[in-house]
Amino acid sequence: MQEVLSVENLTKTYKSGSKELTVLNDINFSIAQGESLAIVGSSGSGKTTLLGLCAGLDTPSLGSVSLYGKKLGSLSEDERAALRNEYVGFIFQNFQLVPTLTALENVMIPLELNGKPHPAKTAKELLARVGLGDRYDHYPSQLSGGEQQRVSLARAFSNAPKLLFADEPTGNLDDDTSGSIEDLLFELNRENGTTLIIVTHDNELAAKTNRIIRLKGGHSISDTQNVKTAQ
Amino acid sequence: MSQFSFLAKTAYRDSRRNRGKLAMFMSSIILGIAALVAINSFNYNLVEDVDEQALSILGADYVVSGNNLPNDEVKSMLDSLPGDTAKLIELFSMSFMPKEEQTQFVRIKAVKGAYPFYGKMVTEPTNAAQSFKGGNQALVDEGMMINYNLQVGDSIRLGSKSFLIKGKLISAVGSTGAAAAFAPSVFIDYDDLEATKLVQPGSLLDYNFYWKLPKDFEIDQWDEARKTSFRNSSLRSTTLAEQKRELSEAFSNLNYFLNLVALVSLLLGCIGVASSVFIYVKTKINSIAIFRCLGMKGNQAFTIYFLQIFVLGAIGVLVGAFLGSAIQLLIPVVLSDLLPFEVTTDISWRAIGEGVSIGLIITTLFALLPLVSVRKISPLRTLRTNYEGDTQDRDPLTWIINIAIVLFVFLFLWRLTSEVMTAAGFTAGLIAAFLLLWAVSKLIIWAVKKFFPRHWSFVLRQGLSNLFRPNNQTQTLLVSIGLGTSILTTLFIIQGLLLNNVAQMDVGKQPNVILYGIEKSQSQGVEELTDKYDLPVIQNVPIVTMKVEAWKGKSKLEWLQDTTTKTRFWAANREARVTYRDTLDESEKLVKGSMPKHVNPGDSVFISVDEGWAEGLNLDIGDEVVFNVQGTRIKTYIGAFRDIEFRSMATRFFVVFPTGVLEKAPQFMVVVTKSPDNTTTAQYRREVVKNFPNVSVVDLGSILAAVGEILKKVSYIIQFMAAFSILTGLIVLLSSLLLSKYQRIKESVLLRTLGASRRQILRINATEYALLGALSAATGIFISIAGSYLLATFQLEMDYNINWLPILAIFFIVTGLTVLIGLFNSKEVVSKSPLEVLRNEVG
Repeated sequence: MQEVLSVENLTKTYKSGSKELTVLNDINFSIAQGESLAIVGSSGSGKTTLLGLCAGLDTPSLGSVSLYGKKLGSLSEDERAALRNEYVGFIFQNFQLVPTLTALENVMIPLELNGKPHPAKTAKELLARVGLGDRYDHYPSQLSGGEQQRVSLARAFSNAPKLLFADEPTGNLDDDTSGSIEDLLFELNRENGTTLIIVTHDNELAAKTNRIIRLKGGHSISDTQNVKTAQ
Repeated sequence: MSQFSFLAKTAYRDSRRNRGKLAMFMSSIILGIAALVAINSFNYNLVEDVDEQALSILGADYVVSGNNLPNDEVKSMLDSLPGDTAKLIELFSMSFMPKEEQTQFVRIKAVKGAYPFYGKMVTEPTNAAQSFKGGNQALVDEGMMINYNLQVGDSIRLGSKSFLIKGKLISAVGSTGAAAAFAPSVFIDYDDLEATKLVQPGSLLDYNFYWKLPKDFEIDQWDEARKTSFRNSSLRSTTLAEQKRELSEAFSNLNYFLNLVALVSLLLGCIGVASSVFIYVKTKINSIAIFRCLGMKGNQAFTIYFLQIFVLGAIGVLVGAFLGSAIQLLIPVVLSDLLPFEVTTDISWRAIGEGVSIGLIITTLFALLPLVSVRKISPLRTLRTNYEGDTQDRDPLTWIINIAIVLFVFLFLWRLTSEVMTAAGFTAGLIAAFLLLWAVSKLIIWAVKKFFPRHWSFVLRQGLSNLFRPNNQTQTLLVSIGLGTSILTTLFIIQGLLLNNVAQMDVGKQPNVILYGIEKSQSQGVEELTDKYDLPVIQNVPIVTMKVEAWKGKSKLEWLQDTTTKTRFWAANREARVTYRDTLDESEKLVKGSMPKHVNPGDSVFISVDEGWAEGLNLDIGDEVVFNVQGTRIKTYIGAFRDIEFRSMATRFFVVFPTGVLEKAPQFMVVVTKSPDNTTTAQYRREVVKNFPNVSVVDLGSILAAVGEILKKVSYIIQFMAAFSILTGLIVLLSSLLLSKYQRIKESVLLRTLGASRRQILRINATEYALLGALSAATGIFISIAGSYLLATFQLEMDYNINWLPILAIFFIVTGLTVLIGLFNSKEVVSKSPLEVLRNEVG
């Protein structure tokens, strides 16, 4: 199967005053098309930093990240943005919808950025698919947390991404809502054949993926296949 | 193209819920541009009117004037000019109105010929402008007739002659309302002047000769060839072209001042633009990070917000231009008394065009400063809200924009003043003020951190530490409020200096009544009359008029022909009014030599002269000067230099002879006295004029009152124009403080959530704003004191003193307003539930 993402010897250090703080240390893994991966760890273990580096939102101190064979380190910020727009979707813990745009307009952004035809039609279909067919013109502040995350899901899938990053997608939601969002996420993932990388500290959510990488203090302490889901 | 349409659409969509936040941005542009367009429209209309009206102001194609009649050589030159001629003699004198038993200092204008050739004297009845000539008739200024309840048909006495008032003078050629307030005009026939006996040796007369020339006569060329001859005989000539130039130059000062006000408003507006865009960008950081995360390029994100700001800026500029065109209708109303003609108030498309282009450029430049950071906002902020690594590095583009702003301000000023050095100086001053404010803000942040009072109460510590915490607004507010305060305070200080300078002339023991034209035989009588009114005779000095004929062994003519000398001929050209005494008077100091004493017949005559006068002729102690005293030549030597205090109201003399030389020369006396009040002055004046018709009484009190009146009008204009700046300043204050609203709201909500009371939150904010307001105002005031000192000392050459009261008022008003607006910003936090506030702010 085609390799989507490959991480080699990835290290990230931050300067804190005169001291250097290593938040990620020599991480290696790769993921194939259609796979789902959970990066699990406690707070401060470096999982969000890893996600940021994988998605090209940040640059590594050492090592490299390749997305569809392209080394992110050799690309400019704008080239990485173009790559994200073409291949990547995002879901965030705090939803990250543009507060001044309606639900429909939020979903349309990646389509319009890509110059796709009929963005409104596609966005409406996606919103209907996540159960918000009657909330097109609502602003984020007029939606509940669960609804906002649904919009976020619709937006994440709008440009048919090959790779979806989810940062604690249910971290800000109650259990019931979390369950329905998780179900929706995996359903959409299956329907679209998307590669999924979830960052979470929720073991239940992690258990729904094919593979789990555990981080502790910036080190990868295990990389295991999830037998139940792999079957 | 489709990309652009997407960006434009997103810009539109994103702006829908934010337009309120940009109201401040718009209003600062509107006011800045309104001031600029209003002032430029007025100026352009004025320039056009100057061109059109120069003819009617001059009243002729060509005018020659001076304090003396032309000599034979010049007379024959003038006689060779073709066309019609007219003549006007002007002199100041007392007038007496028997009906009300009142006196008034007037400007007598004795006319011969068809003056004016262009423009007209407006009189009531209309035909009086022609029919007053001949037969002891006069035209009297309308204001004066109203003041003294005079009617056409009443009489007015000028010197020894009574005149019948034939008409009311509503407007004369080339005169202004302000001039009439100083000394109203009375027109009489030239042939009636002699009978008034006001023309005597030593009388100060202004002779004016007018020509209406044939159309094809090249007067500029003719004049150019003879100008030096005229100048050498103390005459000045004016052609129509020169009059236009002079008028434009005269108004260029007004123009310069008004443009400075416009510039101030515009710059304040720009600070408003920069700070409101800065606030706006701050509130947009998260959205931009999301866009970036979804694959938007830095330049695309920048384009979205640039489009929003540019379109709103353009709307603001257009509204400002419209408002400015409306406001310009008011300026001529305010200035009407100071202008010699009515200024038209047409819409000036040139001013609008310039205002709009300048507005667009400057708004864009100032908005770009905070906007360029949009390009650098990292998508990482979506994962880490506190991430700030993207804004740490200095963007080189910021430097380019800063340089572009400085360059633009410099070019704008250069165009305004037409002087590179002035423009560079002013630009440097602005940069210095900006840097000083920036340095002070840095110093405050450092000092508060370093000497933080840990034992203070929680509320005070919170307020104080807000000055240096992350996201502090110390620098932004200090620079914007400080710069605004300094510009406004400078305006106030300069205005105060101008008014104070005049007020000083009328204080304490300064004399306020001067009598001149007293014949020697009348001197005793005048002194007795003065005693009768219990008034002190502060000075009773003889005056002899004479002319400088030669100095340092060369005649005046030889000096004039010598092109290598740096002699300034005003000292030689003016008719010298000389007195004789052996002592210094109170208003002068001896700087060199010794005061010459009584001269016995046959001795050399040593004189004392004003230092500046001697400098004009390049004279030193011991140099020879020959005077012509009404036909008699007197050889003298410089014995001493005096320094004269010119602000004193007593008579002052450039040249003082010792006693024993001029006693027998034709002379008149001047008496200086001090009257305690207006009633005494009026009674005394009346009796002097009644008993000694040839004597003129100058009431300095009323002249000072008239000058004060003019200055009041000028200061009214300054205030009217400064109102633009004040209003813009207030908007800057508002927008700067709105910045803090978004900065502080989350902290305040958190404190509320943690249980801080409404009172505590308000007090924390009040402490922060009071400190910021006070520090900004104090720094701004310090800058304005330094700036106005430099301006007063080197530009206006005035003594510098400050009236602290208005400055203290400015300090408290700025501080108070800062606290008030700051607290108003926190109102939402304290009056609503924390959750509601947070939800609204997110939305």
